[in-house]
Amino acid sequence: MSSTLMQIQNLTKRFGGLAAVNDVSFDVNDGEILSIIGPNGAGKSTLFKLISSFLHASSGKVIYLGEEITSMSPHKVARLGVIRTFQETTIFREMTALENVVVAHHLQSTATLTGFFFGTPAARGDEARFRESAAEILDYLGLGGVKDMKASNLPHGYLRALGIAIGMAARPRLLLLDEPFAGMNSDETRHAIEMVRGIRERGVTVLLVEHDMPAVMNISDRIVVLNFGKKIAEGTPAEIQSNEAVIEAYLGREDEEVGI
Amino acid sequence: MSKSKKLALLAVLLFVYLVVLPLGLRDKPYFLGVITTASVLSVISAGVWLIFYIGRINMGQGAFALVGGYTAAILISKCGWPFWFALIGAGVATVVLSILIGLPLLRLKGVYFSMITLSLTETARLAAQSFPSITNGAKGVLNLPLPGAIKIGGFTLVPDFATVDKHLAFYYLGAVMLIVGFAVLYRIVNSRLGWLFRSLQQNEDLASSFGVNVPRLRVIAFAICAAFAGIGGAFFIATQQCVYPATFTVQDSTNYLLYCFLGGLGSVWGAIAGSFVLFISFEMLQGLREYQPLIYSLIMIGVMLWLPNGLLSLKMPWSRKENTSLPAEEEDA
Repeated sequence: MSSTLMQIQNLTKRFGGLAAVNDVSFDVNDGEILSIIGPNGAGKSTLFKLISSFLHASSGKVIYLGEEITSMSPHKVARLGVIRTFQETTIFREMTALENVVVAHHLQSTATLTGFFFGTPAARGDEARFRESAAEILDYLGLGGVKDMKASNLPHGYLRALGIAIGMAARPRLLLLDEPFAGMNSDETRHAIEMVRGIRERGVTVLLVEHDMPAVMNISDRIVVLNFGKKIAEGTPAEIQSNEAVIEAYLGREDEEVGI
Repeated sequence: MSKSKKLALLAVLLFVYLVVLPLGLRDKPYFLGVITTASVLSVISAGVWLIFYIGRINMGQGAFALVGGYTAAILISKCGWPFWFALIGAGVATVVLSILIGLPLLRLKGVYFSMITLSLTETARLAAQSFPSITNGAKGVLNLPLPGAIKIGGFTLVPDFATVDKHLAFYYLGAVMLIVGFAVLYRIVNSRLGWLFRSLQQNEDLASSFGVNVPRLRVIAFAICAAFAGIGGAFFIATQQCVYPATFTVQDSTNYLLYCFLGGLGSVWGAIAGSFVLFISFEMLQGLREYQPLIYSLIMIGVMLWLPNGLLSLKMPWSRKENTSLPAEEEDA
């Protein structure tokens, strides 16, 4: 069995009186694809932001490789190898696809900011390495043909892959994907699933938040289900599919009046 | 435009700026003074431009210019420092101040940052008035000496301004500041720092997601911006040989902003173009007396309407073609 990469312990986030995430605990194993699912408003996005430190928890802990990262600033968490992606509209729109990914190589800099200002050999070496590596990542994610296109002109289908390419440029150990399959048709989803599997093959642990059930069942090693901020189930796709609490959360109880 | 053509254009402009203009205007100190002022206004505006570049609108550049001016004046009059050290002192003081106030202020975005920086200029003016023991209150600091000579081992690097044509001396000091200032800015924008600043402008969250220390980078930009203002402010108090609380007002802060806006935010040279064209045209309209502000404002409105991307977006015969390089097989998005 693989080792634990991240432990989430009794994590809670309150907005005023509302507990968006309420006492959630689970482990992320090294090398797995773990999905967080749940009906709308279940607290998935909040949990996602808590893990990447874009929000700070009201109580509870996030422990990554033995170190508590609960209230670190986002860039420090990123430095440790926990990289989040955003939904498709969050890219640098005024840069080309290649430039987007080159900038995202920030953590691989060997030169200092002053070094970059004066154009030292280390800085020039970095620039060349980043361009090479960015082109490689874009090729790998199928964006090679559009790498010199301005991001704001890119066809919709490419934007999410570009977001993932930005994340990959930071060399994540744990990659957090925010709804990677949303709004895709089945062909595109199949392609994207292969892409995410390929990322895992590169030694990256993947944690994703997703709505697309068939895709989640297909791709995940394990699934955590949230409802009203609480964890109601955790297990393999097969276990989740037959879990009473999960079916109830998604479909409602039979004897309950549900306004659908 | 190819690289060699660009260099040739730059060389011609520098030749005109450093040789033709000063020689031609040697006997017209007023015109020489106008260009000198435009040069240093460009440097101060360049700071505002850099803050635009990280996605904030700085309406408080006058505050930093005033702080720089007062720091230099006090160092010269009370501590007896030579002007040149006071000039550096003014830069250091504004950098320290900008780091202290920048850390909290730069957390604000959009209109909130603009509003609070707008009030900074007024705060600086009131502070200058309210501490007469240090700043000499509303009377200001008067009778500052002209910059002295810089000598290194018997060799005179810069002559005493009192012994030479001071208008020409200030012209060249202003020119050096403009050239150094814009060389720094050009280098920032064209190195990886520029990419990082552009990434902040477009999305700070995305930048921090791949490990960029966003607060630190914002403060660095703010400190550079403030240093430009502080050194520019010290220059102006040296030309005027005095400083008052109203030497730099909210009006000045707004002007720096307009120079950037109307010059063009897309290019490093926007701040220079804006400062030179607008300041010189304002001075040239003096003959219109009471109609001067009216006509000047109409010109500004005209520029905003017809050149929304600034003076630099004027299509020149040599301007390069827009290169949007679409791929061969473009899909309908």
